[in-house]
Amino acid sequence: MIEFKLPSLGADMDQGKLVEWKVKPGDAVKRGQVVAVVDTSKAAVEVEIWQDGTLFEQLVPIGEKVPVGTVLATLLAPGETREQAEQQKRAARPALKPAAAVPAPPPPVAAPMTGAIAQRRPVSPAARKHARELGVDVDTVAGTGPHGAVTVEDVEKAAAAPAPPDRYVEMRKAIAAAMSRSKREIPHYYLSETIPMQRAAEWLARENEKRPVTERILMGALQIKAVALALARVPELNGFWRNGAFEPATGVHIGVAISIRQGGLIPPAIHDVDKKGLPELMRALSDLVARTRAGSLRSSEMSDPTITVTNLGETGVESVFGVIYPPQVALVGFGRMETRPWSEDGKLFTAPLVTASLSGDHRASNGIRGARFLAELRERLQHPEEL
Amino acid sequence: MRHLSYREAMREALREALAANPRVFLMGEDIGKYGGTYAVTKGLLEEFGPERIRDTPLSELGFVGAGIGAALGGMRPIVEVMTVNFSLLSLDQIVNSAAAFRHMSGGQFSVPLVVRIATGAGRQVAAQHSHSLENWYAHVPGLTVLAPATVEDARGMLAGALADPDPVIIFEHVQLYNAEGDLPEPWTTDIHSAAVRRAGRDVSLITYGGSLPKALAAAERLSGEGIEAEVVDLRVLRPLDAPTILASVRKCRRAVVIDEGWRTGSLAAEIVAQIAEQALYDLDAPPVRVCSEEVPIPYAKHMEDAALPQTEKIVAAAKGLIGSEVPA
Repeated sequence: MIEFKLPSLGADMDQGKLVEWKVKPGDAVKRGQVVAVVDTSKAAVEVEIWQDGTLFEQLVPIGEKVPVGTVLATLLAPGETREQAEQQKRAARPALKPAAAVPAPPPPVAAPMTGAIAQRRPVSPAARKHARELGVDVDTVAGTGPHGAVTVEDVEKAAAAPAPPDRYVEMRKAIAAAMSRSKREIPHYYLSETIPMQRAAEWLARENEKRPVTERILMGALQIKAVALALARVPELNGFWRNGAFEPATGVHIGVAISIRQGGLIPPAIHDVDKKGLPELMRALSDLVARTRAGSLRSSEMSDPTITVTNLGETGVESVFGVIYPPQVALVGFGRMETRPWSEDGKLFTAPLVTASLSGDHRASNGIRGARFLAELRERLQHPEEL
Repeated sequence: MRHLSYREAMREALREALAANPRVFLMGEDIGKYGGTYAVTKGLLEEFGPERIRDTPLSELGFVGAGIGAALGGMRPIVEVMTVNFSLLSLDQIVNSAAAFRHMSGGQFSVPLVVRIATGAGRQVAAQHSHSLENWYAHVPGLTVLAPATVEDARGMLAGALADPDPVIIFEHVQLYNAEGDLPEPWTTDIHSAAVRRAGRDVSLITYGGSLPKALAAAERLSGEGIEAEVVDLRVLRPLDAPTILASVRKCRRAVVIDEGWRTGSLAAEIVAQIAEQALYDLDAPPVRVCSEEVPIPYAKHMEDAALPQTEKIVAAAKGLIGSEVPA
């Protein structure tokens, strides 16, 4: 029997609320399949499963908030039968002791269990169903029914009202926790490099002329791809700092910082950026932005980034020195692209320039390696056709 | 359109049945010379004679049994039992014989018997004449149980009962006999469906028989407070018209079931169970019951009133389901 546990969908996540089961007992599941939707304090995330099998039992009801690591469901391994699973389940339970003359004390689990039931908020069955249909989180809805129960009308009012502020507060708290941890634990060093973008801009303009408007590639995609390729030379920037040691990542999954309404910020990952062609990367980027803002991310996208890229160029700042998202060890920032004086080969002329920056974790890498990375990044952006 | 009393409507229905079919005859205590305890059969003895309007000894076991025999022999007897309390003496005949014959004979025999039974409290006749035991009969497969609560149903349901090849019990609440109402011409009645007597949207008041006027009064009061109650008249207690009940509950999302029977094991309990089984996810509040207090119905007027479902209790129960805020 395989246990499917609630994964951590980000370093700042310690619990999640089960919003939806995408599969039911008896369904066959495949590695990588989305099986549930879990609400972290940041977003509703589609959670994938990483083993093949057949769903046996769902152990957590919809609407329940559980800590990371909680077994959400059990699966039958390929070839395993229900009977075997039942047997294993029985074996897992403490064996019944022979009847004793003295009555046994009540099991210690009894108290917390009744406690949980007593604390349940009254939500009418119709309201619960309607809330699910409207995508309203009933925990955020004030009840006006008997005994303060949440009614259908309460849900409708909540759905009509702008998104409740506490969601924003929750996300702010999550960001605060992650960023505080970062600045508390990570000894940042910062480097920056001005990168001429003339070749990249001209090449991109030519490329985009050949493409329909909907398939045009943005400079942001080029920058992300260049970061991915540059990392191959400086792998100590791509990975995690865990338990006092650097763990290099097995792929290049770049977290793209995406701002969402009301000041939220989510850095979901684009997987294997180094292996994606530009058109594919652009599609992935557009899709990711749309799904992030719609709140339908997948668990692997939330938990997988091996490095983060932030681009504040649109807002018009020259450069950005970011705070590393733990347990990652580096963050690459791009400022706005601007035409300014530039000299090359003894000539002075104007050219579009962008300031790229690197925030590095000094535990995992040294400044000289960071400098090597930025130099590599600059080089890559001079050869856009190779990206 | 004619205006008449429930009693007159019932008498018209009996007279029509007697005139239309020579095999129809009436049997019961004091229905002939005395004209019936509630004067429903007044004048019928003079009109149809003692062969067809038969006074019986005080033996429900005997005369209901005789009715079953007559029905098996091809007659169409209409047996009157003075109160549902007394009908317990004939329960053996009804449950063990009338309701079971078709099944036990493999469909060879049916018992086309109609039993009219007065039921309910409110007339200060104390605990041996005042109870509402309709649900005892509504429990039994093989019976159809009717509860006409309006003049139209009093006039129309008997014909349907007589047309039924199996036993039909008609419960007439004693407080309804003097009730007056308009009888549309032609009237249309069936013996299958429940009826929405007042349309609403905020709470379903589900009831039958003598509690219907109280529920309608409660709906009127609630309307004055901005709560639009829908009133469902069951009309048929067995088999229950679940689709009509559930449609109303699904619309209003809240339900009060009003039943003059005692709460424990009541018909109201059955209706609440069906709502819970089939419409739980449409509910905005737990369904509630307004039933009789769990005492033998008292004799003293104020005690009797306190023991029964009343308009005020229905209003309070409905408001309790709406909660702290009146719906917009």
